[in-house]
Amino acid sequence: MELSAFDIIGPIMIGPSSSHTAGAVRLGLLSRAILNQEPTEARIYLHGSFAETYRGHGTNLALVAGLMGLATDDERIPEALQLARARGLEVSFQSIDLGDVHPNSVKIELRGKAGRRVVVTGSSVGGGKILITNIDDFAVELSGDYHTVIVIHLDQPGVVAQITTLLAAAQVNIAQMRLSRQKRGALALTVLETDQEVQATVLDLIRAMPAVNLAMTAKPLV
Amino acid sequence: MAKGPTVVELLTQAQVEGLSLGQIVLKHQAAQLEVTEQDLRQKMLANLQVMRNSVAEGLTGKRRSMSGMVGGDAKLLEQRRQGGQTLGGDVLARVAARALAVAEVNAGMGKIVAAPTAGSCGVLPAVLLTVGEEIGADDAQLVEALFTAAGIGIVIAAQASISGAQGGCQAEVGSAACMAAVAAVELAGGTAELAVHAGAMALKTLLGLVCDPVAGLVEVPCVKRNVTGAVNALIAADMALAGITSNIPLDEVIIAMGNIGRAMPCSLKETALGGLAVTPTALRLKEVFLGAGQD
Ligand code: SF4
Repeated sequence: MELSAFDIIGPIMIGPSSSHTAGAVRLGLLSRAILNQEPTEARIYLHGSFAETYRGHGTNLALVAGLMGLATDDERIPEALQLARARGLEVSFQSIDLGDVHPNSVKIELRGKAGRRVVVTGSSVGGGKILITNIDDFAVELSGDYHTVIVIHLDQPGVVAQITTLLAAAQVNIAQMRLSRQKRGALALTVLETDQEVQATVLDLIRAMPAVNLAMTAKPLV
Repeated sequence: MAKGPTVVELLTQAQVEGLSLGQIVLKHQAAQLEVTEQDLRQKMLANLQVMRNSVAEGLTGKRRSMSGMVGGDAKLLEQRRQGGQTLGGDVLARVAARALAVAEVNAGMGKIVAAPTAGSCGVLPAVLLTVGEEIGADDAQLVEALFTAAGIGIVIAAQASISGAQGGCQAEVGSAACMAAVAAVELAGGTAELAVHAGAMALKTLLGLVCDPVAGLVEVPCVKRNVTGAVNALIAADMALAGITSNIPLDEVIIAMGNIGRAMPCSLKETALGGLAVTPTALRLKEVFLGAGQD
Protein backbone atom coordinates (compact mmCIF):
# COMPACT_ATOMS: atom_id res chain seq x y z
CA MET A 1 0.00 0.00 0.00
CA GLU A 2 1.27 3.47 -0.79
CA LEU A 3 2.13 5.51 2.26
CA SER A 4 -0.07 8.42 3.25
CA ALA A 5 1.19 11.93 3.94
CA PHE A 6 0.55 11.26 7.62
CA ASP A 7 2.86 8.25 7.66
CA ILE A 8 5.61 10.70 6.68
CA ILE A 9 4.58 13.80 8.65
CA GLY A 10 3.40 11.96 11.72
CA PRO A 11 2.50 10.29 13.91
CA ILE A 12 2.23 12.71 16.78
CA MET A 13 3.98 10.78 19.50
CA ILE A 14 5.91 10.90 22.73
CA GLY A 15 9.61 10.50 21.92
CA PRO A 16 12.27 9.46 21.64
CA SER A 17 11.89 6.43 19.39
CA SER A 18 9.10 5.17 17.17
CA SER A 19 10.25 1.57 17.63
CA HIS A 20 11.33 1.65 21.27
CA THR A 21 8.73 4.10 22.61
CA ALA A 22 5.66 4.41 20.35
CA GLY A 23 5.87 0.73 19.31
CA ALA A 24 6.20 -0.29 22.94
CA VAL A 25 3.04 1.64 23.87
CA ARG A 26 1.21 -0.22 21.11
CA LEU A 27 2.50 -3.59 22.34
CA GLY A 28 1.12 -2.70 25.76
CA LEU A 29 -2.20 -1.59 24.31
CA LEU A 30 -2.70 -4.77 22.32
CA SER A 31 -1.66 -6.95 25.27
CA ARG A 32 -4.25 -5.13 27.37
CA ALA A 33 -6.91 -5.87 24.76
CA ILE A 34 -5.88 -9.53 24.72
CA LEU A 35 -6.14 -9.73 28.50
CA ASN A 36 -9.55 -8.15 28.10
CA GLN A 37 -9.58 -6.95 31.72
CA GLU A 38 -8.02 -4.16 33.73
CA PRO A 39 -4.51 -5.50 34.42
CA THR A 40 -3.38 -5.70 38.04
CA GLU A 41 -0.03 -7.40 37.58
CA ALA A 42 2.48 -7.37 34.75
CA ARG A 43 5.78 -9.23 34.62
CA ILE A 44 7.68 -7.81 31.72
CA TYR A 45 10.61 -9.63 30.13
CA LEU A 46 12.72 -7.54 27.75
CA HIS A 47 14.80 -9.08 24.97
CA GLY A 48 17.68 -7.82 22.82
CA SER A 49 17.75 -4.11 22.08
CA PHE A 50 14.70 -3.64 24.31
CA ALA A 51 16.68 -5.07 27.23
CA GLU A 52 19.79 -3.04 26.42
CA THR A 53 18.30 0.38 25.81
CA TYR A 54 14.94 0.36 27.53
CA ARG A 55 15.79 2.92 30.16
CA GLY A 56 17.08 5.47 27.68
CA HIS A 57 14.11 5.06 25.39
CA GLY A 58 11.55 4.82 28.15
CA THR A 59 10.50 1.45 26.73
CA ASN A 60 9.51 0.30 30.22
CA LEU A 61 7.36 3.40 30.73
CA ALA A 62 5.83 3.04 27.28
CA LEU A 63 4.89 -0.61 27.80
CA VAL A 64 3.24 0.14 31.13
CA ALA A 65 1.46 3.17 29.65
CA GLY A 66 0.04 0.95 26.92
CA LEU A 67 -1.04 -1.66 29.47
CA MET A 68 -3.03 1.10 31.18
CA GLY A 69 -4.63 2.13 27.91
CA LEU A 70 -2.71 5.36 27.28
CA ALA A 71 -2.21 6.35 23.64
CA THR A 72 1.19 6.84 21.97
CA ASP A 73 0.84 10.63 22.24
CA ASP A 74 -0.24 10.74 25.88
CA GLU A 75 1.96 13.13 27.83
CA ARG A 76 1.57 11.00 30.96
CA ILE A 77 3.80 8.28 29.48
CA PRO A 78 6.92 9.50 31.33
CA GLU A 79 4.97 9.14 34.62
CA ALA A 80 3.58 5.72 33.74
CA LEU A 81 5.22 3.94 36.67
CA GLN A 82 3.76 6.33 39.26
CA LEU A 83 0.42 6.15 37.52
CA ALA A 84 0.53 2.35 37.62
CA ARG A 85 1.21 2.40 41.32
CA ALA A 86 -1.74 4.73 41.87
CA ARG A 87 -3.98 2.47 39.81
CA GLY A 88 -2.93 -0.71 41.58
CA LEU A 89 -1.03 -2.20 38.65
CA GLU A 90 2.05 -4.01 39.90
CA VAL A 91 4.88 -4.18 37.40
CA SER A 92 8.31 -5.80 37.26
CA PHE A 93 11.02 -5.86 34.59
CA GLN A 94 13.64 -8.44 33.75
CA SER A 95 15.97 -9.20 30.89
CA ILE A 96 15.40 -12.40 28.98
CA ASP A 97 16.83 -14.18 25.95
CA LEU A 98 13.87 -15.18 23.82
CA GLY A 99 16.15 -16.78 21.23
CA ASP A 100 16.11 -16.06 17.53
CA VAL A 101 13.45 -13.34 17.49
CA HIS A 102 13.34 -9.67 16.48
CA PRO A 103 15.78 -7.59 18.59
CA ASN A 104 12.94 -5.41 19.89
CA SER A 105 10.91 -8.11 21.57
CA VAL A 106 9.09 -8.46 24.86
CA LYS A 107 7.22 -11.14 26.74
CA ILE A 108 4.50 -9.96 29.11
CA GLU A 109 2.82 -12.09 31.75
CA LEU A 110 -0.42 -10.40 32.67
CA ARG A 111 -2.98 -10.89 35.34
CA GLY A 112 -6.29 -9.07 35.29
CA LYS A 113 -8.75 -7.77 37.84
CA ALA A 114 -11.09 -10.72 37.39
CA GLY A 115 -8.21 -13.16 37.69
CA ARG A 116 -7.56 -13.94 34.05
CA ARG A 117 -3.91 -14.60 33.18
CA VAL A 118 -2.33 -14.39 29.79
CA VAL A 119 1.20 -14.50 28.40
CA VAL A 120 1.82 -12.38 25.32
CA THR A 121 5.00 -12.12 23.25
CA GLY A 122 5.52 -9.50 20.59
CA SER A 123 7.98 -7.33 18.72
CA SER A 124 8.25 -3.72 17.65
CA VAL A 125 9.19 -4.12 14.03
CA GLY A 126 9.97 -0.52 13.04
CA GLY A 127 8.28 2.84 12.61
CA GLY A 128 5.91 2.08 15.48
CA LYS A 129 4.54 -1.04 13.78
CA ILE A 130 4.22 -4.11 15.98
CA LEU A 131 3.56 -7.82 15.74
CA ILE A 132 2.21 -10.01 18.52
CA THR A 133 3.73 -13.43 17.81
CA ASN A 134 2.54 -15.60 20.65
CA ILE A 135 -0.45 -15.73 23.00
CA ASP A 136 -0.41 -18.45 25.67
CA ASP A 137 1.78 -20.75 23.56
CA PHE A 138 -0.32 -20.22 20.45
CA ALA A 139 1.77 -18.89 17.56
CA VAL A 140 -0.06 -15.88 16.13
CA GLU A 141 0.57 -12.89 13.88
CA LEU A 142 -1.28 -9.87 15.12
CA SER A 143 -0.50 -6.36 13.89
CA GLY A 144 -3.18 -4.36 15.64
CA ASP A 145 -3.76 -2.49 12.38
CA TYR A 146 -7.25 -3.95 12.00
CA HIS A 147 -10.29 -4.65 14.07
CA THR A 148 -9.38 -7.97 15.61
CA VAL A 149 -11.34 -10.87 17.03
CA ILE A 150 -9.47 -13.47 19.06
CA VAL A 151 -11.25 -16.72 19.87
CA ILE A 152 -9.91 -19.59 21.96
CA HIS A 153 -11.94 -22.69 21.28
CA LEU A 154 -11.96 -26.49 21.21
CA ASP A 155 -10.06 -27.79 18.23
CA GLN A 156 -13.10 -29.31 16.56
CA PRO A 157 -14.36 -29.31 12.98
CA GLY A 158 -16.86 -26.62 12.09
CA VAL A 159 -16.02 -24.10 14.79
CA VAL A 160 -14.24 -21.65 12.52
CA ALA A 161 -16.95 -21.96 9.88
CA GLN A 162 -19.54 -21.10 12.51
CA ILE A 163 -17.59 -18.01 13.57
CA THR A 164 -17.15 -16.77 10.02
CA THR A 165 -20.85 -17.35 9.36
CA LEU A 166 -21.75 -15.18 12.34
CA LEU A 167 -19.42 -12.46 11.10
CA ALA A 168 -20.78 -12.66 7.56
CA ALA A 169 -24.33 -12.34 8.86
CA ALA A 170 -23.25 -9.17 10.65
CA GLN A 171 -21.74 -7.79 7.40
CA VAL A 172 -18.22 -8.01 8.78
CA ASN A 173 -15.58 -8.54 6.14
CA ILE A 174 -12.59 -10.69 7.10
CA ALA A 175 -9.22 -9.31 5.97
CA GLN A 176 -7.04 -12.05 7.45
CA MET A 177 -7.63 -15.20 9.43
CA ARG A 178 -5.22 -17.54 11.15
CA LEU A 179 -5.81 -20.59 13.29
CA SER A 180 -3.11 -22.01 15.52
CA ARG A 181 -2.94 -24.97 17.82
CA GLN A 182 -0.98 -25.44 20.98
CA LYS A 183 1.63 -28.17 20.84
CA ARG A 184 -0.31 -30.16 23.39
CA GLY A 185 -3.94 -29.89 24.23
CA ALA A 186 -7.25 -29.80 22.53
CA LEU A 187 -7.49 -26.04 22.14
CA ALA A 188 -7.08 -23.79 19.14
CA LEU A 189 -6.80 -20.04 18.85
CA THR A 190 -8.25 -18.19 15.90
CA VAL A 191 -7.35 -14.62 15.08
CA LEU A 192 -9.59 -12.78 12.65
CA GLU A 193 -8.60 -9.33 11.41
CA THR A 194 -11.66 -7.58 10.02
CA ASP A 195 -12.49 -4.44 8.06
CA GLN A 196 -15.46 -3.53 10.24
CA GLU A 197 -15.84 -3.42 13.98
CA VAL A 198 -17.41 -6.53 15.50
CA GLN A 199 -20.32 -5.41 17.65
CA ALA A 200 -20.76 -6.65 21.22
CA THR A 201 -23.93 -8.51 20.23
CA VAL A 202 -21.98 -10.54 17.67
CA LEU A 203 -19.19 -11.17 20.15
CA ASP A 204 -21.79 -12.49 22.60
CA LEU A 205 -23.06 -14.93 19.96
CA ILE A 206 -19.50 -16.20 19.43
CA ARG A 207 -19.03 -16.54 23.18
CA ALA A 208 -22.28 -18.48 23.43
CA MET A 209 -20.99 -21.20 21.08
CA PRO A 210 -20.46 -24.41 23.09
CA ALA A 211 -16.97 -24.97 21.68
CA VAL A 212 -15.77 -21.47 22.55
CA ASN A 213 -13.83 -20.90 25.76
CA LEU A 214 -12.99 -17.27 25.36
CA ALA A 215 -13.50 -14.53 22.79
CA MET A 216 -12.42 -10.92 22.73
CA THR A 217 -12.07 -8.01 20.33
CA ALA A 218 -9.52 -5.27 19.88
CA LYS A 219 -9.90 -2.00 18.02
CA PRO A 220 -7.24 -0.95 15.51
CA LEU A 221 -4.35 0.76 17.28
CA VAL A 222 -3.82 4.43 16.52
CA MET B 1 13.64 3.74 -12.66
CA ALA B 2 12.29 1.51 -9.93
CA LYS B 3 8.60 1.09 -9.20
CA GLY B 4 6.55 3.47 -7.13
CA PRO B 5 6.06 7.23 -7.24
CA THR B 6 8.88 9.49 -8.45
CA VAL B 7 9.66 13.14 -7.97
CA VAL B 8 9.60 13.75 -11.69
CA GLU B 9 6.03 12.44 -11.88
CA LEU B 10 4.98 14.86 -9.15
CA LEU B 11 6.83 17.67 -10.84
CA THR B 12 5.28 16.99 -14.25
CA GLN B 13 1.78 16.88 -12.80
CA ALA B 14 2.37 20.10 -10.90
CA GLN B 15 3.58 21.81 -14.06
CA VAL B 16 0.77 20.44 -16.24
CA GLU B 17 -1.93 21.44 -13.78
CA GLY B 18 -0.32 24.71 -12.81
CA LEU B 19 -0.26 23.75 -9.14
CA SER B 20 2.46 23.56 -6.51
CA LEU B 21 3.90 20.20 -5.46
CA GLY B 22 2.08 20.59 -2.15
CA GLN B 23 -1.25 21.11 -3.90
CA ILE B 24 -0.67 18.07 -6.12
CA VAL B 25 0.15 15.91 -3.11
CA LEU B 26 -2.94 17.20 -1.33
CA LYS B 27 -5.08 16.36 -4.34
CA HIS B 28 -3.65 12.83 -4.63
CA GLN B 29 -3.99 12.12 -0.96
CA ALA B 30 -7.61 13.28 -0.92
CA ALA B 31 -8.37 10.91 -3.79
CA GLN B 32 -6.43 8.03 -2.28
CA LEU B 33 -7.85 8.34 1.22
CA GLU B 34 -11.32 9.29 -0.07
CA VAL B 35 -11.62 12.39 2.07
CA THR B 36 -11.83 16.09 1.28
CA GLU B 37 -8.77 18.29 0.96
CA GLN B 38 -10.23 20.37 3.75
CA ASP B 39 -10.17 17.37 6.11
CA LEU B 40 -6.57 16.68 5.21
CA ARG B 41 -5.59 20.29 5.77
CA GLN B 42 -7.27 20.17 9.18
CA LYS B 43 -5.36 17.04 10.12
CA MET B 44 -2.05 18.51 8.97
CA LEU B 45 -2.80 21.68 10.92
CA ALA B 46 -2.87 19.54 14.07
CA ASN B 47 0.66 18.36 13.21
CA LEU B 48 1.74 21.97 12.69
CA GLN B 49 0.40 22.90 16.14
CA VAL B 50 2.32 20.09 17.81
CA MET B 51 5.44 21.20 15.94
CA ARG B 52 4.99 24.76 17.25
CA ASN B 53 4.44 23.53 20.79
CA SER B 54 7.52 21.33 20.68
CA VAL B 55 9.64 24.28 19.52
CA ALA B 56 8.32 26.48 22.32
CA GLU B 57 8.81 23.81 24.93
CA GLY B 58 12.29 22.92 23.77
CA LEU B 59 13.44 26.54 23.92
CA THR B 60 12.60 26.69 27.63
CA GLY B 61 15.47 24.24 28.13
CA LYS B 62 13.66 22.38 30.89
CA ARG B 63 13.69 18.89 29.43
CA ARG B 64 16.57 16.50 29.94
CA SER B 65 16.87 13.17 28.18
CA MET B 66 16.49 9.95 30.14
CA SER B 67 20.25 9.39 30.10
CA GLY B 68 21.02 13.02 30.90
CA MET B 69 23.30 13.29 27.87
CA VAL B 70 21.22 15.94 26.10
CA GLY B 71 18.93 18.84 26.98
CA GLY B 72 19.19 22.56 27.53
CA ASP B 73 21.27 23.37 24.45
CA ALA B 74 18.44 24.96 22.48
CA LYS B 75 18.07 27.52 25.25
CA LEU B 76 21.78 28.34 25.23
CA LEU B 77 21.79 29.04 21.51
CA GLU B 78 18.54 30.98 21.74
CA GLN B 79 20.03 33.20 24.44
CA ARG B 80 23.06 33.92 22.31
CA ARG B 81 20.79 34.73 19.39
CA GLN B 82 18.69 37.08 21.48
CA GLY B 83 21.88 38.80 22.57
CA GLY B 84 22.57 39.45 18.91
CA GLN B 85 25.90 37.68 19.10
CA THR B 86 25.75 34.89 16.58
CA LEU B 87 28.38 34.55 13.89
CA GLY B 88 25.94 33.07 11.40
CA GLY B 89 23.25 35.72 11.79
CA ASP B 90 19.79 35.69 13.27
CA VAL B 91 17.89 33.48 10.86
CA LEU B 92 20.48 30.73 10.91
CA ALA B 93 20.57 30.75 14.70
CA ARG B 94 16.80 30.67 14.89
CA VAL B 95 16.68 27.63 12.62
CA ALA B 96 19.43 25.91 14.58
CA ALA B 97 17.94 26.65 18.01
CA ARG B 98 14.54 25.36 16.90
CA ALA B 99 15.99 22.17 15.47
CA LEU B 100 17.79 21.58 18.78
CA ALA B 101 14.61 22.42 20.69
CA VAL B 102 12.39 19.85 19.00
CA ALA B 103 15.05 17.14 18.99
CA GLU B 104 15.63 17.75 22.71
CA VAL B 105 11.93 17.49 23.45
CA ASN B 106 11.94 14.17 21.64
CA ALA B 107 14.94 12.88 23.57
CA GLY B 108 13.24 13.95 26.81
CA MET B 109 10.05 11.99 26.13
CA GLY B 110 8.03 15.02 25.10
CA LYS B 111 5.39 15.24 22.38
CA ILE B 112 6.65 15.62 18.81
CA VAL B 113 5.63 14.90 15.23
CA ALA B 114 7.78 12.27 13.53
CA ALA B 115 8.98 13.95 10.31
CA PRO B 116 9.81 11.57 8.78
CA THR B 117 11.09 9.85 11.95
CA ALA B 118 11.27 10.74 15.63
CA GLY B 119 15.07 10.94 15.43
CA SER B 120 14.90 13.58 12.68
CA CYS B 121 11.83 15.40 13.99
CA GLY B 122 13.55 18.78 14.47
CA VAL B 123 14.45 19.55 10.86
CA LEU B 124 11.09 20.36 9.29
CA PRO B 125 9.63 22.49 12.10
CA ALA B 126 12.86 24.48 12.39
CA VAL B 127 13.06 25.26 8.68
CA LEU B 128 9.40 25.79 7.90
CA LEU B 129 8.44 27.82 10.96
CA THR B 130 11.44 30.10 10.47
CA VAL B 131 11.01 30.56 6.72
CA GLY B 132 7.32 31.10 7.40
CA GLU B 133 8.15 33.89 9.82
CA GLU B 134 10.56 35.50 7.39
CA ILE B 135 8.03 35.68 4.58
CA GLY B 136 4.93 36.21 6.74
CA ALA B 137 3.27 32.94 5.76
CA ASP B 138 -0.08 31.97 7.25
CA ASP B 139 -1.04 28.53 8.57
CA ALA B 140 -2.63 27.49 5.28
CA GLN B 141 0.66 28.07 3.48
CA LEU B 142 2.62 26.20 6.14
CA VAL B 143 0.19 23.29 5.93
CA GLU B 144 0.64 23.18 2.17
CA ALA B 145 4.41 23.17 2.64
CA LEU B 146 4.04 20.18 4.97
CA PHE B 147 2.21 18.36 2.17
CA THR B 148 5.06 19.22 -0.18
CA ALA B 149 7.46 17.69 2.32
CA ALA B 150 5.24 14.65 2.77
CA GLY B 151 5.08 14.05 -0.98
CA ILE B 152 8.87 14.00 -1.23
CA GLY B 153 9.04 11.75 1.84
CA ILE B 154 6.62 9.29 0.25
CA VAL B 155 8.90 9.04 -2.79
CA ILE B 156 12.01 8.58 -0.64
CA ALA B 157 10.33 5.87 1.46
CA ALA B 158 9.28 4.03 -1.71
CA GLN B 159 12.52 4.39 -3.68
CA ALA B 160 15.08 4.28 -0.86
CA SER B 161 14.37 4.35 2.87
CA ILE B 162 13.54 6.68 5.72
CA SER B 163 14.85 4.36 8.41
CA GLY B 164 18.24 4.64 10.07
CA ALA B 165 18.31 0.88 10.57
CA GLN B 166 18.02 0.39 6.80
CA GLY B 167 19.81 3.37 5.33
CA GLY B 168 21.82 5.08 8.04
CA CYS B 169 21.27 8.67 9.13
CA GLN B 170 21.26 9.92 5.52
CA ALA B 171 17.86 8.18 5.37
CA GLU B 172 16.58 10.04 8.45
CA VAL B 173 18.24 13.43 8.76
CA GLY B 174 19.17 13.40 5.07
CA SER B 175 15.59 12.73 4.04
CA ALA B 176 14.26 15.34 6.46
CA ALA B 177 16.67 17.93 5.05
CA CYS B 178 15.66 17.06 1.51
CA MET B 179 11.95 17.34 2.33
CA ALA B 180 12.51 20.61 4.19
CA ALA B 181 14.51 22.16 1.35
CA VAL B 182 11.84 21.38 -1.23
CA ALA B 183 9.08 22.65 1.05
CA ALA B 184 11.01 25.81 1.96
CA VAL B 185 11.42 26.83 -1.67
CA GLU B 186 7.72 26.38 -2.37
CA LEU B 187 6.83 28.22 0.81
CA ALA B 188 9.04 31.10 -0.29
CA GLY B 189 7.22 31.24 -3.61
CA GLY B 190 9.78 29.43 -5.76
CA THR B 191 8.66 27.14 -8.56
CA ALA B 192 8.27 23.40 -8.13
CA GLU B 193 11.26 22.90 -10.39
CA LEU B 194 13.53 25.06 -8.25
CA ALA B 195 12.17 23.35 -5.15
CA VAL B 196 13.21 19.95 -6.45
CA HIS B 197 16.71 21.25 -7.18
CA ALA B 198 16.94 22.42 -3.58
CA GLY B 199 15.95 18.95 -2.39
CA ALA B 200 18.60 17.33 -4.54
CA MET B 201 21.29 19.68 -3.23
CA ALA B 202 20.25 19.15 0.39
CA LEU B 203 20.27 15.36 0.13
CA LYS B 204 23.47 15.14 -1.90
CA THR B 205 25.51 16.82 0.80
CA LEU B 206 24.28 14.37 3.43
CA LEU B 207 24.83 11.17 1.43
CA GLY B 208 26.81 8.60 3.33
CA LEU B 209 25.87 9.88 6.76
CA VAL B 210 25.89 6.87 9.06
CA CYS B 211 23.67 6.05 12.03
CA ASP B 212 25.85 5.55 15.10
CA PRO B 213 23.87 6.55 18.18
CA VAL B 214 25.76 6.48 21.48
CA ALA B 215 24.39 3.74 23.77
CA GLY B 216 21.77 3.07 21.09
CA LEU B 217 19.77 6.09 22.23
CA VAL B 218 18.22 8.79 20.04
CA GLU B 219 20.38 11.48 21.66
CA VAL B 220 24.01 11.70 20.58
CA PRO B 221 24.66 12.60 17.75
CA CYS B 222 21.00 12.73 16.73
CA VAL B 223 20.02 16.01 18.38
CA LYS B 224 22.83 18.03 16.79
CA ARG B 225 22.44 16.30 13.44
CA ASN B 226 18.98 17.81 13.30
CA VAL B 227 20.70 21.21 13.23
CA THR B 228 22.93 20.10 10.37
CA GLY B 229 19.93 18.89 8.44
CA ALA B 230 17.96 22.06 9.01
CA VAL B 231 20.71 24.56 8.26
CA ASN B 232 21.71 22.58 5.21
CA ALA B 233 18.12 22.64 3.94
CA LEU B 234 17.92 26.39 4.38
CA ILE B 235 21.10 27.02 2.40
CA ALA B 236 20.03 24.57 -0.32
CA ALA B 237 16.74 26.47 -0.60
CA ASP B 238 18.58 29.78 -0.91
CA MET B 239 20.88 28.34 -3.56
CA ALA B 240 17.94 27.05 -5.59
CA LEU B 241 16.10 30.35 -5.28
CA ALA B 242 19.24 32.05 -6.58
CA GLY B 243 18.97 29.87 -9.67
CA ILE B 244 21.62 27.30 -8.74
CA THR B 245 20.64 23.85 -9.98
CA SER B 246 21.67 20.32 -9.11
CA ASN B 247 23.49 18.44 -11.85
CA ILE B 248 22.06 15.15 -10.61
CA PRO B 249 18.24 15.05 -10.56
CA LEU B 250 16.56 14.38 -7.20
CA ASP B 251 15.14 10.99 -8.25
CA GLU B 252 18.65 9.76 -8.99
CA VAL B 253 20.03 11.21 -5.76
CA ILE B 254 17.32 9.30 -3.88
CA ILE B 255 18.20 6.02 -5.64
CA ALA B 256 21.87 6.65 -4.86
CA MET B 257 20.99 7.22 -1.21
CA GLY B 258 19.18 3.87 -1.10
CA ASN B 259 22.14 2.11 -2.71
CA ILE B 260 24.60 3.71 -0.31
CA GLY B 261 22.38 2.60 2.57
CA ARG B 262 22.45 -0.98 1.38
CA ALA B 263 26.22 -0.85 0.99
CA MET B 264 26.70 0.48 4.54
CA PRO B 265 27.83 -2.11 7.05
CA CYS B 266 25.29 -3.08 9.71
CA SER B 267 27.58 -1.66 12.39
CA LEU B 268 26.72 1.81 11.04
CA LYS B 269 22.97 1.34 10.82
CA GLU B 270 21.44 1.96 14.24
CA THR B 271 23.08 -1.03 15.92
CA ALA B 272 25.44 1.19 17.95
CA LEU B 273 28.29 -1.14 16.99
CA GLY B 274 30.35 1.38 15.03
CA GLY B 275 31.21 5.01 14.43
CA LEU B 276 30.68 7.44 17.29
CA ALA B 277 28.92 4.76 19.31
CA VAL B 278 32.16 2.83 19.91
CA THR B 279 34.47 5.74 20.69
CA PRO B 280 36.06 5.43 24.16
CA THR B 281 33.95 8.29 25.46
CA ALA B 282 30.74 6.81 24.07
CA LEU B 283 31.51 3.47 25.67
CA ARG B 284 32.20 5.20 28.96
CA LEU B 285 28.96 7.19 28.75
CA LYS B 286 27.08 3.99 28.01
CA GLU B 287 28.70 2.27 30.97
CA VAL B 288 27.83 5.13 33.33
CA PHE B 289 24.28 5.32 32.16
CA LEU B 290 23.51 1.62 31.99
CA GLY B 291 25.27 1.01 35.30
CA ALA B 292 23.11 3.58 37.08
CA GLY B 293 20.02 2.36 38.89
CA GLN B 294 19.86 -1.09 37.31
CA ASP B 295 16.64 -2.69 38.50
S1 SF4 C 1 22.02 8.84 14.14
FE1 SF4 C 1 20.57 7.18 13.76
S2 SF4 C 1 19.11 7.29 15.48
FE2 SF4 C 1 20.20 9.25 15.39
S3 SF4 C 1 18.90 10.58 14.11
FE3 SF4 C 1 20.45 9.66 12.78
S4 SF4 C 1 19.41 7.83 11.97
FE4 SF4 C 1 18.21 8.49 13.77
